[in-house]
Amino acid sequence: MDTTFFMPPSYLDQSEAVAERFRRLRARPVVMDVRSLGKVFPTTGGQTVALHDVSFQVHRREFMCVIGASGCGKSTLVRILAGLEVPTSGSVLVDGAEVRGPGADRGMVFQGYTLFPWLTVKKNVMFGPMQRGLSESAADVEARQWLALVGLEAFADHFPVQLSGGMKQRVAIARALANNPRILLMDEPFGALDAQTRAQMQHYLLQIWKNVDVTIVFITHDLDEAIYLADRILVLKAHPGEVREMIEVPVPRPRLPSQFGGTEFGAVRSRLEELIHPKSEAMLDELPMIRLAQAGDDVE
Amino acid sequence: MRDLFAIRKELPPAWNRILGVAAFALPLLAWCVVSYVPAVWHPLVKIDKPGGVSWFSPGLLVDKPVFREESARAVAAGRARPTGEPANPIFLPAPDKVARALYTAFTTPPRLQGEQWLYQSLWESIKTIIYGFAISSAIGVPLGVLCGSYAFWSRLTEPFVDFVRYMPAPAFGALSVAVLGIYDAPKVAIIVIGTLFQQILVVSNTVRKVDPALLEAAQTLGASRRSLLLHVIVPWSLPDLYNDMRILLGWAWTYLIVAEVIGVSSGITFFINQQAKYRMFENVYAAILIIGFIGLGTDQVLGFLGRRIFPWKNPRPSRFRRFMLELFTTARTIDASPSEPSERSAA
Repeated sequence: MDTTFFMPPSYLDQSEAVAERFRRLRARPVVMDVRSLGKVFPTTGGQTVALHDVSFQVHRREFMCVIGASGCGKSTLVRILAGLEVPTSGSVLVDGAEVRGPGADRGMVFQGYTLFPWLTVKKNVMFGPMQRGLSESAADVEARQWLALVGLEAFADHFPVQLSGGMKQRVAIARALANNPRILLMDEPFGALDAQTRAQMQHYLLQIWKNVDVTIVFITHDLDEAIYLADRILVLKAHPGEVREMIEVPVPRPRLPSQFGGTEFGAVRSRLEELIHPKSEAMLDELPMIRLAQAGDDVE
Repeated sequence: MRDLFAIRKELPPAWNRILGVAAFALPLLAWCVVSYVPAVWHPLVKIDKPGGVSWFSPGLLVDKPVFREESARAVAAGRARPTGEPANPIFLPAPDKVARALYTAFTTPPRLQGEQWLYQSLWESIKTIIYGFAISSAIGVPLGVLCGSYAFWSRLTEPFVDFVRYMPAPAFGALSVAVLGIYDAPKVAIIVIGTLFQQILVVSNTVRKVDPALLEAAQTLGASRRSLLLHVIVPWSLPDLYNDMRILLGWAWTYLIVAEVIGVSSGITFFINQQAKYRMFENVYAAILIIGFIGLGTDQVLGFLGRRIFPWKNPRPSRFRRFMLELFTTARTIDASPSEPSERSAA
């Protein structure tokens, strides 16, 4: 057909290899089943609906990103998944069992630095295993393995205050993984990092995910980050927070930074922009140009 | 020079030291000037030779106008002119006298039989403080931690504590003597009453400041409630609690002076009152200074130990030399050390 030749590439187009990978992914067992989740916050003189009828399934060893404009309730969602907040309606099942409060089967990495400042890096990683009842020596062995995985064995005896932001988050990942969780929840974990460190951390995370049997649900507001990392992207819409679309990312793996300019990447990106910032272009044109007279022609 | 007065900026280290020394040197200098430069104050005359004035005797202190009047009268009557030198009132002894008293107060035996040596008085005071503070802390710290961690205990305890806190501890003096007798027990009780109720509130407020993100992180790592209390809240609060204790210990000293006049007067307060009766004011000053030295000394030692005990608050290794420098440069360094920035995004 002639017409498709002139059409821009669609985010729905998948190469045969990618389509095959998604078929395999869908065949894997469901680790987390989210069933029509709703969350209502009481406010003065009414209530705010943060989440409304959110349903999705995460398959084993899947990397899912959750994306949406600010205020769409993505942080609320991940906090409910972690068990830190109770949903108003609906339920979350992990391996078929309903979530009732926080648990070691769902590890979490927060945006802020949440390492325990009074513990050394190694003791931070040992925290989870020791809560599980492991002996100190067994937890020590375990912690060393996970520190080696994130490349920080040399800093085992440092205190968190002595580490850079990126290193702190690597320790936080190791600490969460040391519990052998079924699911690793990540709430904008690289949001506070500078662009270069963030790119590095994304690369590290994919390496870790490749080597460890863990399913990841990753919250972000960075479109490129979501496309670079995810198998599927859950797009939320704000007010109320609802599922807008579940996108299967057609970018083949292994992911490389060079793919940022590729056609599949661009297709997903423009779709995401359409879903999340539909009016951004129009609004730019509407900006009043008050300062133009002073600025003169110096600025194009 | 402008930089020295920049708002909320660190001073150059040299200036830290200079100002730290000046903080003590300036009051001392003012005291020296008042004591040694007769033109500044010296409202009295210390009689050297009584001359023709019958009621003068060597060493007597009289007002300047009285001295002038009496000597004029003596000269007019043809008697010998009295001599004397300008002097300060007896309650303001010169620094050298107080400095000597700092030593002699320890070496002079008590005047009356049954009175105590200075070191005995001091030791008694210190014992009272230690007992009072230990009893108060044994109750106040655990209760404060519970109140800061559990809303249940906070609601049950704090309203009453707030109520009692406004009652001045000395008001319980008569009562505690009636209940506990006249010796040491009521004094310890006053210190406990003065410290405990503040302590519960201070401790619970400190514990309440624990970063909720750390508690959530621990929960996602499988920590139980008991574990949150023992392995997150307590270790997180320890350095701040340690500092609270340093400040509260200072309050305990304040209550000491009140406590010691209850029942049988004792300890350093008794020494001070006795010396004032004997009009040995240099000993009074010496005793007050000794309390100051003990207080500042314990605080600095505790501060130094604190930096050792909690290395994660201040990862640089501290050395003895820095301890000596910091004696005059910074107080309460633990408070000033940067805490973890909590960059939690509003959900």
